[in-house]
Amino acid sequence: MLRRALRRLGAGIALIWLVATFTFLLVSAAPGDFATRLTDPRIPPAARERWRRDFGLDRPLPARYASWLAAAATGDLGSSWIYKQKVSSVLASVLPNTLLLTSLGLALELALGVALAIVQLRRPHGTGDRLITLATLTAYALPTFGVALGLVAVLSYRLHLLPPSHMLSLEGELAHGWARLPDLARHLVLPVVAIGVAGVGAVARYLRGSLLDERLEQYVLAARARGCSPRQALVRHALPNALLPLITMMGMSLPFLVSGSLVIEVVFSWPGMGQVMYNAALGRDLPLLLGGTIVATAAVVVGNLLADLAYAVADPRVRV
Amino acid sequence: MTLAGAIPRWPRRLRAGLGLLAALSALAVVGPWMAGDPTAIVDPKVVGLLPPGSVRAVVVRRDGTTVAGDALRRSGPDWVLVRGGAEVTVTGSEVARAGVRRFWAGTDVVGRDVLARLVNGARVSLGVGALALAVALVLGVGVGLLAGWRGGIVDALLMRLVDALLAIPMLFLLLFLAALFRPSLAVLVLFLGFSSWMGVARLVRGQVLSLKERDFILAARAIGAGPWRIAFRHLLPNALTPLAQDAALRLGDLILVEASLSFLGLGVQPPAASWGTMVAEGQEVLANAWWLTGLPTALVAATVIAAALAADGLQELARSET
Repeated sequence: MLRRALRRLGAGIALIWLVATFTFLLVSAAPGDFATRLTDPRIPPAARERWRRDFGLDRPLPARYASWLAAAATGDLGSSWIYKQKVSSVLASVLPNTLLLTSLGLALELALGVALAIVQLRRPHGTGDRLITLATLTAYALPTFGVALGLVAVLSYRLHLLPPSHMLSLEGELAHGWARLPDLARHLVLPVVAIGVAGVGAVARYLRGSLLDERLEQYVLAARARGCSPRQALVRHALPNALLPLITMMGMSLPFLVSGSLVIEVVFSWPGMGQVMYNAALGRDLPLLLGGTIVATAAVVVGNLLADLAYAVADPRVRV
Repeated sequence: MTLAGAIPRWPRRLRAGLGLLAALSALAVVGPWMAGDPTAIVDPKVVGLLPPGSVRAVVVRRDGTTVAGDALRRSGPDWVLVRGGAEVTVTGSEVARAGVRRFWAGTDVVGRDVLARLVNGARVSLGVGALALAVALVLGVGVGLLAGWRGGIVDALLMRLVDALLAIPMLFLLLFLAALFRPSLAVLVLFLGFSSWMGVARLVRGQVLSLKERDFILAARAIGAGPWRIAFRHLLPNALTPLAQDAALRLGDLILVEASLSFLGLGVQPPAASWGTMVAEGQEVLANAWWLTGLPTALVAATVIAAALAADGLQELARSET
């Protein structure tokens, strides 16, 4: 098991390297570089050339790639053009905010999805089931920004219940330590609910389908024959098996933990990875875009690895 | 006799989904001719930010400019508009068209007709989605057929490539590409298609692997059918239902991704406008004009629901076939 896990890890590292190379080549192919970004016409061309030389931009592509890769391997992803800081420190400062937001969002999505599917399975094809099916289909089909803007329009602008954007209000910024918590919680509600609603459709729709199949399996019938109530048979026996593939699904949605909340973060001005990448894209901040994509890919690789391990723990028939 | 079976025997959800998709496509194809000019700015002072269903009197002058008012009457050869308490007289000889107009979907800040913009947005959104799907299908089917049929080292290499591409967070990559190259519509279609073919390739490869040792394929090979003939006359027709199901879901996904990119300002670039672009523009007046964000969002959702219903129906069809 250890050997296979190590092999997976090796494949993961190879993958990160591939993606890093691919994105580096893309950036190299893009028109313009650091020197042409300084658009002030008073800068003499000779100065531009000197900068190119000072920053090593005049060297051939393989040489630049080699030195970039050597630096990246030690965690040095260069400096962001718009934030005027190390890319690694920009990303490190916002990553916790994104993880906080998306892990709560995913937890809500999962809890809500399981709850809805169980309610639906009480009387499959009944009125309640049909209504929830319609609701989850709509949630699945609504674009993320639609859900987010709808929540803001009603709960912030109309009812003035919750703040429409940002992570902390001014008072929150001034408070220290735990005193920030109430303010942070108020700001978290809308984006977390938006992520939960946008994602619950896929979970509930999948789970309903697999529970409908699972319900007819012999081990569930056997549990019923031993005197389990229908509810017990469903929740204790069928649900754990139906949840198994969901681990893989969650593993695949782990990149979302880092990147997928991009739209949500932009709508709610949440200071996270998505927001930073968005600013980087608008400002054509190539080092930051490059670094962010690599970090996000690394997160996917780690996520898939963790999902595989979780699968092996949850299902003894599978050994990684 | 799989998909081509009599339409009335198709599952209800399949018929509903395809019907809704057909209706939306018809809207995208025919709508722009009927709904008028989406860029025409109609007198923002009177016609700006009207809620859906509002009625205003509109006079179009021969030079193309427009005046609008709350009411309209004739006075001899001239037209008189009641405009915010005052009366404006337009000389009859200057007038090209005059009449009362109902703005079924309201207007935006500068007085453009939202209905006209929605049906034009349908053309962009559905067009980009459908063409990107076509790109993804061509690539995915090609790679899947090649990998499944050839097997061995070709298969191994192609499938590792698929795994690698699947692990890249696509929204980041698209953002990246959009920032580097500011895509035209055609390039956007290519980006979206290239970001989405991997699932198709996996599916087709799996189908080919399960079909290629079956007797009818062996028979086709025995009578000397070439690889192209076998691929398109024997393999693909037998994989049509799962492929169609995947394509329907993929269409919904692509339309959602395009909408998100355009909403962020990195997808469809002005002057073209998709539904996502419209939501981004309407976001600024979210608090007092729900229709500018709500209506395009609803159309995106309707399209994705239609696609999901069609996919559900196709799955039902596949189950009843086995």
